[in-house]
Amino acid sequence: MKRTVSRKIKERIIETGLFLCALSSVFITLSIVVILTYESYGFFKEVSVVEFFTGTTWTPLFAEPKFGILPLVSGTLLITAISLMVALPVGLISAIYLSEYAPHKLRETIKPVLELLAAVPTVVYGYFALLFLTPLLQKILPDLSGFNAISPGIIMGVMIVPYVSSVSEDAMKAVPMYIREGSYAMGATKLQTAFKVVIPSAFSGIAAAFIMGISRAIGETMVVAIAAGMMPNFTINPMEPVQTLTSYIVQVSLGDVPHGTIEYKTIFAAGMVLFLMTLFFNIIGFWLRKRIREAY
Amino acid sequence: MTMLTTELKAEAENLNFYYGSVQALKNINLSVERRKVTALIGPSGCGKTTFLRCFNRMHDLYPHNRYEGRIILYPDKINIISPEIDPIEVRMQISMVFQKPNPFPKSIYENVAYGLRVRGISKKGILDEAVEKSLRGAALWEEVKDRLNSLAVDLSGGQQQRLCIARALATDPRILLFDEPTSALDPTATSKIEELIIELKNEVTIIIVTHNMQQAARVSDYTAFMYLGEIIEFDKTDKIFTAPSSRLTEEYITGRFG
Repeated sequence: MKRTVSRKIKERIIETGLFLCALSSVFITLSIVVILTYESYGFFKEVSVVEFFTGTTWTPLFAEPKFGILPLVSGTLLITAISLMVALPVGLISAIYLSEYAPHKLRETIKPVLELLAAVPTVVYGYFALLFLTPLLQKILPDLSGFNAISPGIIMGVMIVPYVSSVSEDAMKAVPMYIREGSYAMGATKLQTAFKVVIPSAFSGIAAAFIMGISRAIGETMVVAIAAGMMPNFTINPMEPVQTLTSYIVQVSLGDVPHGTIEYKTIFAAGMVLFLMTLFFNIIGFWLRKRIREAY
Repeated sequence: MTMLTTELKAEAENLNFYYGSVQALKNINLSVERRKVTALIGPSGCGKTTFLRCFNRMHDLYPHNRYEGRIILYPDKINIISPEIDPIEVRMQISMVFQKPNPFPKSIYENVAYGLRVRGISKKGILDEAVEKSLRGAALWEEVKDRLNSLAVDLSGGQQQRLCIARALATDPRILLFDEPTSALDPTATSKIEELIIELKNEVTIIIVTHNMQQAARVSDYTAFMYLGEIIEFDKTDKIFTAPSSRLTEEYITGRFG
C-alpha cells in the first residue's frame, strides 16, 4: 500500500516535470509575441502607423529621426529574392538529380556532403561573401561597392540550397514507383517522367521546401550584417549597399541605445514586421505540408 | 502443346530472366496470337508478372536485371529484349495497364493525351480526336465528357482504371499488357473491365496476368499456367479449364494449391 502511494507520487513528480519542460517553449514563444506587441504598441504611440509603413527614409538614430520601414523591407526582400534565384533552381535541380538519376551509392555520398553546407556557421558565409565573393564580383562589375546586396544574396542562396534540395528530394522520393512506371510504360524518358509526372505529384512538398527557403532567407542575419553594408537604402539595385530588418536589429542591439527611448522601441517594431513576414510564410508552408500527406 | 495456326503477334523463345543472381523465368516458350487474349495464370511468385514485364522492358528500369533468349515481335521480327533495342522504342509500341490504377496528377484529358505528348504531338485537333476515341474505346467517354478538365484522381477506382486503359490505347499500341488490372477493384468495376477486354481484342492483341482463374476463363482465348518460373501448360483456354493435360495444372485450377 505504502509502495503504491510512493510510486504514484514519483510518477506525478516526473509527469509535472515533463509538462513544465514542454510548457516552457510555448511560454517563451508567447512571451516573445507579448513583448513584441507591447513594445511595438509603445512605438506606435509616438510614430504614426501610416508613416511607418509608407515612409521611404529610415533614420531613427539621427537628430531628426525618420521612421519609414520601407527601406528595411525592400532590403530584406531584395536580398531574399537574390538568394532565392540561386537556391530554388539549384536546390530543385539537385533534388531531381538525387531522386531520379543518381545511383544509390552516389546519392548516399552526395546527400551528406550537401547537408554539410547547412552546418557551416553563418558567420563564415558572411566573411566568405565580404572577402571572397565581393572582390571576385568586382573584377566583373567594377562599379560594385564593397558592401552590396548581390554578394550576400548569392552566398545566402548557396547556404539555403541544402534545405530546399533535401525537403524537395524527400517529397519526390515519396512519389510511389508505380506512378513513375505508368509514365515509363507510355514510352516517356527519365526527364519527361521527372518533369511531367514526379514534380507535379510532389508539388505540395516542393512548394513547402520553397517556402521554408524563403523564411530562412528573410530571417537570415549574419551574412547580411557582415556583407550588405548596414545602410537603409530604398532601392532595388543589387549593386548598392542595403540594410535588412535583421541587420538593423543587430546594429541597434549592439549599440548603447538607452532603454525605453524611441530608438530602443524601433527594434521591436522592426522585429514585429520580421516576425509577421516569417510567420506568414511558415503558415503557408505548414498548410502545404499538411496537404502532401493527403496526396497518397 | 497445340500448334497455333493463325497469325502470330509475338513469340518468346527460350526466355530466361534473372533478378541479379536469382533466376525468375526458366526457358519460357510462348506464342501470342494477333487480336486474341492470352492469359498468364499461376500461384503468387510463379513469375507471371515478371514475364509480362519483359514485353515492355520494365525490368530495364532497375539495376542488375538480365534477360536471355528472345521475344520476337511480328511482323517486323525484331527481338524486343535485345540490348541493342532501346526500351523506350519498345514501350512506344507495347502499352501497359497496372495492378493499381495509377493516373497522373493531371486532368482527365491530359492523362489520356500523355502518351501523345511524350511523342511530341501537341496539335490540339489530333489530341482532341485521340482523347475522345480512346475514352470511347475504354467505355469512359459518356461518364467524363463534360469534365475532361477535372482531376483524374477524383474519379472512382474503376473509372481510374478505365482511364488508364484509355491512356494506354491513345498511342495505338500493338500489344496491350494487363497486370492483374482488377485486383484493386470491386466486382461491378471488375466486370466492366472484363467486358472491355473482350471488346478490345477486336483491335489489339492482349496479354493479361490474373490471379483470378474465373477471370482468365471468361476473357481469354489462350491460357498459360506458370509455376516456379516455368510454363507448365499452354493451350486454348477451354482446353486448360476443361481437360488440362498436366496434373499440376489440374490441381491448380481445381483449387488444390496456390
